[in-house]
Amino acid sequence: MADEACVDIPPLILGDRTPKDVTADVAAPIERGASKSWWVAFIVALSLLGVGFAAVWYQIATGIGTWGLNKTVGWAFDITNFVFWVGIGHAGTLISAILFLMRQKWRTSMNRAAEAMTIIAVMCAGLFPVIHMGRPWLAHWVFPYPNFRGPLWVNFRSPLLWDVFAIGTYFTVSAVFWYFGLIPDLATLRDRTKSKIKKAIFGFFSMGWSGSQRSWMRYEVVYLLLAGLATPLVVSVHSVVSFDFATAVIPGWHTTVFPPYFVIGAIFSGFAMVMTLMLIARKVLNFENYITQRHINAACRVIVFGSCVVGFAYTTELFIAWYSGSEYEQFAFLNRIRGPMGWAYWIMVSCNVIIPQLLWFGKVRKNLLLVFIVTIFVNIGMWFERFVIIVTSIHRDFLPSSWASYCPTAIEVATFVGSFGLFFTLFLLFCRFFPFLAMSEVKGVLEKKGGHA
Amino acid sequence: MVFKQRELRWLHFGAFTDDHDACSAAKECREAGFDVVDVHGPYPIHGIEEAMGMKRSKLTWACFFFGLSGLALARWLQYFTSRDDWPLNVGGKPFESWPAFVPVAFELTVLFASLGVVATFFISNRLFFGKKPRLPEASVTDDEFVVVIRDKGAGLTQTDLSDLWDRHGAIRSWDQMEEVKS
Repeated sequence: MADEACVDIPPLILGDRTPKDVTADVAAPIERGASKSWWVAFIVALSLLGVGFAAVWYQIATGIGTWGLNKTVGWAFDITNFVFWVGIGHAGTLISAILFLMRQKWRTSMNRAAEAMTIIAVMCAGLFPVIHMGRPWLAHWVFPYPNFRGPLWVNFRSPLLWDVFAIGTYFTVSAVFWYFGLIPDLATLRDRTKSKIKKAIFGFFSMGWSGSQRSWMRYEVVYLLLAGLATPLVVSVHSVVSFDFATAVIPGWHTTVFPPYFVIGAIFSGFAMVMTLMLIARKVLNFENYITQRHINAACRVIVFGSCVVGFAYTTELFIAWYSGSEYEQFAFLNRIRGPMGWAYWIMVSCNVIIPQLLWFGKVRKNLLLVFIVTIFVNIGMWFERFVIIVTSIHRDFLPSSWASYCPTAIEVATFVGSFGLFFTLFLLFCRFFPFLAMSEVKGVLEKKGGHA
Repeated sequence: MVFKQRELRWLHFGAFTDDHDACSAAKECREAGFDVVDVHGPYPIHGIEEAMGMKRSKLTWACFFFGLSGLALARWLQYFTSRDDWPLNVGGKPFESWPAFVPVAFELTVLFASLGVVATFFISNRLFFGKKPRLPEASVTDDEFVVVIRDKGAGLTQTDLSDLWDRHGAIRSWDQMEEVKS
């Protein structure tokens, strides 16, 4: 921003924190132990997880006939949730890898928590296809391993199998990246704690890290390589997810714009979820000096950018449907807008394209409650985007005789609620037991009084 | 039985609160003929490679070759299963269709490259689960930088050395005997 170059930019970390203060501040929530509010939140999350567990148990025991699917609408709630959760995950990798390559130092206050969110969101996402199999005890059949059924191999020409590899790789690489970044911070906690048990645990997992600059230099090389690998990886993951639809011949799915459209949507929704979590965490965990207005501004700009690109993608779809001259394409999109599920389309457009435009205004970005509300709208809108793409494209089939509608059953809703339970349970455990900020990275971006840049 | 004579030599330590001070001290120690064993600190110091005389890391090559092996595995696996071992007609799609094999090939390349380079990093730094750390001080993972140097017979006296530490703003300095491993 040109105007910002002239005015004084506030430092990334406020409150004149020294490296010692950073250690103390980040370690505080871990050392303080669980607060009452943490327990309340944890019990609520755990109960939601319990609801989800019961629902999953029931639908596996009974069969996926417990869902609201029919012959026409064969994919609906479950796949919507899958795409929703995978998308949420993308912001973590954007912050940890892409912003790292772009030398955006403000990422250091958010990357640890955002990466944790990525891993947890991908776990939530992975549940849905496994449940959708109907016979999850045979889930290992998706892997190509020598077997006594022929050997019958998996079909490498199917985008559903590409998904297995894409999501599997994404989860593994994200987890390794996250853990790799965690090692120096675990060493800090190891050298700080007075409890013998904690020292042993942190000591075991910090792998004997001694802060050696010889190690640090190689560490930086590996970090850069992982960031370089994770960047195309994150783009590939949601592209592959979009292939599940784009390689089908169904109007509304069979679109070349899908890969970039899905990737930007994923980053957009993920950033909204990151902001939802950060706005609460900075207050509850006393990180207001670390996640400052400057960070919130930057994140809001990413969200408003995402909103505009998503809006552009919606327009492109409509334009191409009209320009293609294919009456099936045109019908699919008219039905999406004006059909029986038009309300979902308009929820999507208002939540994703119209409401986030508020973030253009500095006054709105300074009102954190308003930012929080906007991010919630984006979360809702992006869930509806996937629902609209999936359900409205298939519920009006080529043959009007097979037209149908779709309504989720209580079991499906309970499963979705349960996935939120899993998400928040794991995220709360992360907040309680892991350093929420990447201490070593934050220490590296502190501005020193001596005048060293 | 052969008794080996224990050979001892001095290690000198200087602690700093500022990364640039530690860096310049390490640089001068090296120029004065000391062996800079290591500089410990809570975060990487910009420009320490030259100060310590470190060579460029070869980890990028490890990453490249692991990536290549992932690619090779993906190439073999997909052609073997889809074309050679049990060609299955799915909707008349060709058995050997390289564009369909691109996504899995890409994912396996990335998977192997990242896991491989991280494993290589752990091995080359001798880091493993449960390893006891060798720290000059516990504060190096908190807020201090400690320069560790070894006497190579630089001919500097103790006063010269303490003067060197002071000039760069060391907050503490101390010496320790180390047994030479042969």
